[in-house]
Amino acid sequence: MNVGQGASKIKLSVENASKSYDTRSGPLLAIEDFSMQVSDGEFVCVVGPSGCGKTTLLWSMAGLHSLSGGRITLDGEPVSGPHPQIGMVFQEANLLPWRNLTRNILLPSEIKRQKPDQQWIDHLLERVGLGGFGNKFPRELSGGMQQRASIVRALSFNPSVLLMDEPFGALDAFTRDEMNLLVEEIWLETRKTIVFITHNIAEAVFLSDRVYVMSARPGRLAKVFDIAYPRPRSLDMMATKELFDLVNEIKAEIEHRPAGPARPAARQNAGAAHG
Amino acid sequence: MVDKELGDKIPTFDRAGGAQLDQSVSITNWSAFMGRSGTRKIGEIIAIILVAVVIIGGAEALLRGLAVPYYVMPPPSAIAVALYTDFEFIWPHLLHTLAELSAGYAVGAVVGLLLAAVITQFPFVEKIVAPYILMLVTMPMLALVPLLILRFGFGYEPRIIAVALASGPMVMINSATGFRRVDLAKIALARSFGASTMQIFLKIRVPMALPMIIVGLMIGAIFGLLTAVGAEMVGGGFGLGNRLTTFSSMIQMPQFFAVILILSLLGILIYVVFFLVGKKWASWQA
Repeated sequence: MNVGQGASKIKLSVENASKSYDTRSGPLLAIEDFSMQVSDGEFVCVVGPSGCGKTTLLWSMAGLHSLSGGRITLDGEPVSGPHPQIGMVFQEANLLPWRNLTRNILLPSEIKRQKPDQQWIDHLLERVGLGGFGNKFPRELSGGMQQRASIVRALSFNPSVLLMDEPFGALDAFTRDEMNLLVEEIWLETRKTIVFITHNIAEAVFLSDRVYVMSARPGRLAKVFDIAYPRPRSLDMMATKELFDLVNEIKAEIEHRPAGPARPAARQNAGAAHG
Repeated sequence: MVDKELGDKIPTFDRAGGAQLDQSVSITNWSAFMGRSGTRKIGEIIAIILVAVVIIGGAEALLRGLAVPYYVMPPPSAIAVALYTDFEFIWPHLLHTLAELSAGYAVGAVVGLLLAAVITQFPFVEKIVAPYILMLVTMPMLALVPLLILRFGFGYEPRIIAVALASGPMVMINSATGFRRVDLAKIALARSFGASTMQIFLKIRVPMALPMIIVGLMIGAIFGLLTAVGAEMVGGGFGLGNRLTTFSSMIQMPQFFAVILILSLLGILIYVVFFLVGKKWASWQA
């Protein structure tokens, strides 16, 4: 397997992970024999079609789920439950509607019974453009603002790993571009280890050092793509032929078809592919 | 430790955010009485006063014009006079009723709330006790009052017990509906920060249940009031319900309706209090 920068140490490792759920119609295999390795400070994306077990994989990394087989290690230690070094960003922000922004962001510290690092939180809020919105309730914020708040919440206790579960799936294309730029900036600044799950191939390519492609259910590792574009990246990069071909190649991998010139219809949609 | 609840469920996300069901505490539009920004339109106030004058004045004119006897239906003015002149004789009974209501409601609400919180954590137990809870909700507790009087006499006890039995199940069944609203994503959120089961209960489940808890507390309080009055009518020498039977047997209809008026004002007061509580603590849902 291709491990990004060979020199840095492995931060997060998934070894032959399998997960099956018991359902009324028998066991449902969500992930089968999936392995990946993420180095310290690396930005890795996992893409795959809807329902391929991406979220299951991420929840297992976060210690929210147990695996049926295989194991996940963080800094060499097996992950057996929620870990203080892991911060999670959920689908659709997942803010608590009865708390204002400030109290939402303080939730992790409250649960961990730690004194919040107010300076750090204020810096993050300024950084994502939410300074002065502390008294607002989630319903008073736009989708993009909610997701920015949720990123601040995940970073508030300064974890070394950030797990992001399709965070921008519900946002419109423009807001999504904006959020992707912001995430890259924050990553360049903090150098957290990030595992980012998405069904948007262009987003995955734009953000990551490496893209893991998952097959349809049960989720298996289909292929790994190294994305060797220089940082910081710009949205213009997305308009190049080279990148367009790469997106298409990944798309072909997911759809199990040979990579060739895409049909005109597919060409139009490739930039904003939704799984 | 891996979370049991999350461990064997396929991650799903409630698209509506889990708490968008319309379970607003309010059943009436109060904005005419409680202007949102403190400014009520003059026109609204005039309309409210006008309608009140027409209804009350109309009733007065109609009853006097048709010479309806007092023992059938006294005119509003007679009720107002009775309320004023007889209030000093009525109000000790009001205190008795309030005492029974508060004592019975306190017991019923606390027990109902605790049971709802505990039972909903164990779906298996919930399934087994559900029929009995429904029975308690639908059972006319007033029917038990004569029995309770036989056992406890004509004092406070049978009334307090009846109020507790009437309000408790109402609080419980509504709160249970609230506690059952589980949003897997929010529980996962808290768990991802290492929350304990108790922390998840206090920081996620209780706030999520709060709007329904407030509805349950309101319905429970109103049922408690009705039951207190009913129990007082069955037996014993004090309380507003006792006044109702006394005044009607003595054909003191203005006094009788004065008590009715007090009781409906009490009901409205309960409603308004919970409406304001809901506005303060559960407005995030609106």
